[in-house]
Amino acid sequence: MNVLVCISQVPDTTAKIEFTDGNRAFDTTGISFVINPYDEFGLTRAIWLQERQGARITAVTVGDASVEPSLRKALALGADDAIRIDAEPRDSYQVANELAALVEAGKYDLVITGKESIDYNGGAVPGFLAAMLNWPFVNGCIQLEIEGRKASAQREIDGGREVVGFPLPAVIAGQKGLVEERDLKIPSMRGIVMARKKPLTVKEPLGTQAKTQAEGFERPASKSAVTLIDADRLDELIKCLHEEVKVI
Amino acid sequence: MNTVVFAETNSEGKFRKSAAESVSYAKHIAGMAGGRVVAVTFGASEPGDLSRYGADEIANLTDKELTRFSPEIWAQALSEAAQGEVHILPHSNDGASMAPFLALKRDAALVTGAIAYPSAVSPLRVKRNAFSGKGIMEVAVEGERAVLTVMPNSVGKKESGSQSEITEKSMHLDVPKVTVKSQELTQGKVDVKEANVVVSAGRGLKGPENWGMIEELSELLNGATACSKPVSDMGWRPHSEHVGQTGKTIAPDLYIAIGISGAIQHLAGVNGSKNIVVINSDPDAPFFQAADYGIVGDLFKVVPQLIAELKKYHIQNG
Ligand SMILES: Cc1cc2nc3c(=O)[nH]c(=O)nc-3n(C[C@H](O)[C@H](O)[C@H](O)COP(=O)(O)OP(=O)(O)OC[C@H]3O[C@@H](n4cnc5c(N)ncnc54)[C@H](O)[C@@H]3O)c2cc1C
Ligand SMILES: Nc1ncnc2c1ncn2[C@@H]1O[C@H](COP(=O)(O)O)[C@@H](O)[C@H]1O
Repeated sequence: MNVLVCISQVPDTTAKIEFTDGNRAFDTTGISFVINPYDEFGLTRAIWLQERQGARITAVTVGDASVEPSLRKALALGADDAIRIDAEPRDSYQVANELAALVEAGKYDLVITGKESIDYNGGAVPGFLAAMLNWPFVNGCIQLEIEGRKASAQREIDGGREVVGFPLPAVIAGQKGLVEERDLKIPSMRGIVMARKKPLTVKEPLGTQAKTQAEGFERPASKSAVTLIDADRLDELIKCLHEEVKVI
Repeated sequence: MNTVVFAETNSEGKFRKSAAESVSYAKHIAGMAGGRVVAVTFGASEPGDLSRYGADEIANLTDKELTRFSPEIWAQALSEAAQGEVHILPHSNDGASMAPFLALKRDAALVTGAIAYPSAVSPLRVKRNAFSGKGIMEVAVEGERAVLTVMPNSVGKKESGSQSEITEKSMHLDVPKVTVKSQELTQGKVDVKEANVVVSAGRGLKGPENWGMIEELSELLNGATACSKPVSDMGWRPHSEHVGQTGKTIAPDLYIAIGISGAIQHLAGVNGSKNIVVINSDPDAPFFQAADYGIVGDLFKVVPQLIAELKKYHIQNG
């Protein structure tokens, strides 16, 4: 079983987000980058498939050379090889189209993505990819079992959750539940050393054009100072909820 | 230019709040660019409920296949039911899942997570959520066709009382690639992404056995419950309640944070809330800086008192 894990490299969650170039670009000064948290769940689940069911894992990122540390980390955690598609990500359509070409040229049984990248929050690469490949798609995947060419999974839907079944090949977009927070590992020394010897291939992109364009950025409006209410005067809070917030 | 809306229903065939919001959004676009607003819905019990938000046509699809969620089949149905240049979907689980399928089918550009009305149409320009609420990004679409998902609670609904032509349709749909074996629905609960009021609690609650008062408070406010990440990681609450940068992004009218310190990752997902009330015993908790109203005190005393005050209010005001 060949598993492709799609990784997006994002700012560390503690990062303060600032913009530059007349608010036309994200300011990466001083930002440290990490594997998208949703992709860590997916990668960890893939490693279980490798350990328990003999899967082979390829990690892939669409990006310039600055994303290679995240691919090296994926290799150190257990991926067998890594591919960087050498294109600057512009929108989810473009990224998915580049990934689809890679999948079509290879022999993958399962593509694992994250539900959303925490930088641009598109939540669209996985669905686009499945639609382009015409493969089954499970979004918001919170559990996955593979047996031969058959898979069963759980997914979050509006108003609840579902148990679903589908044949491979397929695309899933994972989130917490696929594995738990406590299952996430940091690379071992041995893993880091081995990662240096594992192949990281750079591929030329198709050169897909994006369909959307970022025009500008802003920071959300900041709040005015907090109104403190005495813990013994909660009637005042009720009054605010009624008169100002208007929820009661 | 016609605008097509996906009007989402719940398992009983009633419209979700997002349906009214999506139609209102489309009506706004029609106001800018002209054209008709066509709402497409699957097995709605009262399709006419959408008339007052400005739908010119409401197409109610009655195919049995549509009673179960399938991103590709729902996208196919939506695409075949009505012609339009712009499609509006809610940025819910289901809306966001089907949107890329629809965009690909329609050869349209996709913008997800819009948080405001477009600043321009043809080509479309709109602000969307980025960096999980730490930023706002304006996006311009190349070409005439666009699929847009709109964050629940971001622009709200607006009545504009027009007449609608209501049609029932059925069509030939493909077989879904994924089969649903069983479902577990959280019946009767307000969805956390759509709720006007969200009552959220953190590690300050000390243990899962103390959530009774959180649920009671949320019921009194007709709200939904949420939690911080460690709370769901420890299994005190289900993962579906986890809000923040790596959980759900929400924007209710009122967010009440109880025993949550206000870490940057938590704030990212909730700072779009219109009003924030923080209850915390530590006056230096960072959450107070992001709050509109703050109560410094022991939550085990404050929350029961708040519940008592609310009950008193409800009795006095019917
Ligand atoms: C990669 C990554 C992603 C993350 N993503 C998220 C995310 O999406 N969402 C999220 O929430 N967190 C996230 N976090 C975790 C975040 O950094 C914080 O650790 C977390 O939000 C803290 O949760 P808490 O506020 O419930 O607990 P704590 O920080 O322990 O705060 C508990 C609070 O309760 C108060 N308290 C205690 N007892 C009482 C009492 N009796 N009365 C009143 N107040 C009391 C304390 O003063 C304290 O402020 C993430 C972290 C990482 C590393
Ligand atoms: N540049 C990228 N390279 C590889 N995979 C990506 C890239 N961007 C997004 N993905 C994958 O798609 C998922 C959802 O991302 P997005 O649609 O951008 O929110 C991520 O969790 C990744 O698995």
